[in-house]
Amino acid sequence: MATRIDVNGLTAYYGKFKAVADVNLTIEPKNVTAFIGPSGCGKSTVLRTLNRMHEVLPNARVEGEVLLDGEDLYGPGMDPVNVRRTVGMVFQRPNPFPTMSIRENVIAGLKLNGVRNKALLDERVEESLRGANLWEEVKDRLNRPGAGLSGGQQQRLCIARAIAVEPQVLLMDEPCSALDPISTLAIEDLITKLKSSFTIVIVTHNMQQASRVSDSTAFFSLEKTGDPGRLVEFDKTSKIFSNPTEKRTEDYVSGRFG
Amino acid sequence: MSTATAPEPVVTGEDRLNLRGQTLPRWTPLAVAAGSVVLALLIYFVTPVDSEIQIVLMAAILFLIAMSAASTVVEGARRARDRFATTLVYTAFLLALIPLVAVLVSVISKGAKRLDLDFFTHSMNNIGARDAGGGIYHAIIGTVEQVVIASAIAVPFGLLVAIYLVEYGQGRISRVISFFVDVLTGLPSIIAGLFVLSFWVLALGFGFSGFAGALALVVLMIPTVVRSSEEMLKLVPNELREAGYALGVAKWRTILKVVVPTALPGIVTGVMLAVARVSGETAPVLLTVFGTNLINSNPFSGEQSSLPLYIYSQAGQPQQFAIDRAWAAALVLIIIIMLLNLIARLFAGRNRLK
Amino acid sequence: MTTEPDSSADDAGPRGTASATDPTPAQLVTTSKAKIGAADLIFKNLTRTAGIGLLVLIAAIALFLVLRATDALSANTGNFFGTQEWFPNQTPPKFGVAATLFGTIVTAAIAMIIAVPVAVGIALFITVYAPRQLASVLGYVVDLLAAVPSVVYGLWGLIVLAPHMKGTQLWLNDVLGWIPLFSADAVGRSFLVAGVVLAIMILPIVAALSREVFLQVPNAHREAALALGATRWEMIRTAVLPYGRPGVISASMLGLGRAMGETIAVALVLPASFKISVHWLEPAGNTIAANVANGWGEANEIGRGALIASGLVLFIVTMVVNMIARAIVARRRDFSGSSA
Repeated sequence: MATRIDVNGLTAYYGKFKAVADVNLTIEPKNVTAFIGPSGCGKSTVLRTLNRMHEVLPNARVEGEVLLDGEDLYGPGMDPVNVRRTVGMVFQRPNPFPTMSIRENVIAGLKLNGVRNKALLDERVEESLRGANLWEEVKDRLNRPGAGLSGGQQQRLCIARAIAVEPQVLLMDEPCSALDPISTLAIEDLITKLKSSFTIVIVTHNMQQASRVSDSTAFFSLEKTGDPGRLVEFDKTSKIFSNPTEKRTEDYVSGRFG
Repeated sequence: MSTATAPEPVVTGEDRLNLRGQTLPRWTPLAVAAGSVVLALLIYFVTPVDSEIQIVLMAAILFLIAMSAASTVVEGARRARDRFATTLVYTAFLLALIPLVAVLVSVISKGAKRLDLDFFTHSMNNIGARDAGGGIYHAIIGTVEQVVIASAIAVPFGLLVAIYLVEYGQGRISRVISFFVDVLTGLPSIIAGLFVLSFWVLALGFGFSGFAGALALVVLMIPTVVRSSEEMLKLVPNELREAGYALGVAKWRTILKVVVPTALPGIVTGVMLAVARVSGETAPVLLTVFGTNLINSNPFSGEQSSLPLYIYSQAGQPQQFAIDRAWAAALVLIIIIMLLNLIARLFAGRNRLK
Repeated sequence: MTTEPDSSADDAGPRGTASATDPTPAQLVTTSKAKIGAADLIFKNLTRTAGIGLLVLIAAIALFLVLRATDALSANTGNFFGTQEWFPNQTPPKFGVAATLFGTIVTAAIAMIIAVPVAVGIALFITVYAPRQLASVLGYVVDLLAAVPSVVYGLWGLIVLAPHMKGTQLWLNDVLGWIPLFSADAVGRSFLVAGVVLAIMILPIVAALSREVFLQVPNAHREAALALGATRWEMIRTAVLPYGRPGVISASMLGLGRAMGETIAVALVLPASFKISVHWLEPAGNTIAANVANGWGEANEIGRGALIASGLVLFIVTMVVNMIARAIVARRRDFSGSSA
């Protein structure tokens, strides 16, 4: 399990607008990689190119390569549906399916893949909810609506839903931005635990969070509004926050900018 | 693991993460579509099929079957289901487009024939079904008067009900009112006509008149006006109301000076849509206005005509002259309703900017 | 930064729905206890009177229909619900709604079977499949078509569609004639044609409302499904359809109400015969609403009462349909989360 990602010369567009240009980086397996940077710098866009969710938006397209263990996601014959099953994603706002119970939410992805065996599904529900540190809290109400949980629990439910299909990589797009500090802490603990099985990429606005949970950090920035975002620096998290090479990175992490 | 330079033969052994999927070439749907149409035409010529409606249906079904089969073989069951759904949605859309566009085309092409100045300036006085000429002057007068009177009654009334529901209503009464607004929404328009017929025309003995028709239209307008105004009033943020109360402004003044003006563009949109709807109502008007060939500009006494009624009475005649008149009147009615919708949209657009 | 979630529409609020935290405008008053002056009282009572006036209106509608109907019903020599004939103007009068009620239900059912799936298809096409620019244009077109008055659809059905459907009806008779529904001695302006006209008429209404419902499906749910590796159809089934189901049901019920209450389009198409016919391709049949429009011109006192009595039946049937729809929508509500 767990997979290495190489991004080569990646440029992403929304229609004519170039959102982010020429990104090159390597994401190590079983590591947490954080994307930081000011608003509009394209960090979420890059994240969404890693499982071909970028192209879901109208007129969005991508140039360049994203290699998953050497295979280009954008190569011929690649099926975005299979890509997304292999590279899971958790979103900014908790988005459990409102019409489904907790249990149904967790197995939604498995059902899509044709798993019908009830014993197997039950097993996977418990496994995934335990994996997401949620089992103890919800084991007595698996058939209640997922929308009835608190925000932090909903987000962990979404993580359980994402890991239930056993992806190789887990992408997280500001997973704590809609949560209170205690729920945030719970998610951060969970991320640290999950990295033993998954390659994790997390976008965050919160630099403390990046320094707490990640092994490597990529800093994105843009010159001015309307310009494409660019990868400024990519290195070990400790290096980025203590002794960055680039002046702009230093300004940002020390709070002088952004 | 190098990405192969030649993209074609996919070696599944290399696809450890199972990211690849077999897909049909992009030209497949077009090719299958062409094949289906040809086959449908063949069936049409070989077997005793004698309606063009079937060719379309048959081609659609053939396309659906062939695409699903091809996709199941090449792409697998999940992909095939996706294709099937896509095909179904596209065919549903295209099939629905045919009659709907046909309605508009018929109305425009057949209606334009009689659309001249004469048509607007003449009534049907002394014109029988077999005669050419005649016009809708009397019908337009009727429709305008009936709709204006109906709006003058229904809009203030509906707005007051909406204000009560949103600003004052709590507890049982408002729930009951709200429920019966829904009941009125689902009321078949002919029932509104029957009600005014039995109440105003027969029980009170006022006889047929434009006003009676307007009353029937009021019944139909009220729920639309109440619902749309209610929605709009609910959208006004509470801060605005609180600001009013905090300044010591009386509640009724706050509602009339702050809340309603804020919601006004949305309310106007709802009202215009309600007006557009009742302008095309035939059944209630048929029972209460009765219809006439003569010009009667007094809505309070005597039978009147109206555009929908005119279309109905002309369409019921077997003669071509009458049918031509029906099409032309239908075109005029549609244009009026489209204009009302357009105005409503403009107000809605303004609302969005706020 | 960690912030509190706001309770916007797409946020399945963790701490209850928006209404639990924000006071409704009506509650505001009681909490702020603004000074209620004389003017306030007058205005409040004015709006209240309007609200109660609406209840009076409904009561009056029911009352007057019942009053008018009872005279005719007491003079009726037939069984009102069992009799197929409609001779209210003769002495003694004999009439019943069996045939017209049957026709109302059959034509509306045909219309629903055709229109609802197609309308959902159109709504899905516009909200999910079509490119954005095309989608907004199409949405506008569907809204406009929904506003086309029924008399125009009737006119078109009578003059354009009915002749064109002759071949199709013959073909159906050839192929499916062994089923009684499709067997016919002669085809013509039949239940099927009327049902198709009604279907075309309610199609834009149901499609326009369903489209609005689908547009409200939060993008977050659609993306959640796609990110799990759903195909587009699976995304629709997991995220769009369950979320939109109550809305589609109420849109369909509105369409059903329109189809059952539709008078003019059916009056123009059907040949107005009073017989329960299971041969839906034959030129036969009538509906309650069409019968009122066709029959009331030559009706005498009893005849009008009879028509009003049949109208009352229609009123009750449509009301029951609406209530069923409300019940279905309400029952689904506790699982629809944020759509409260």
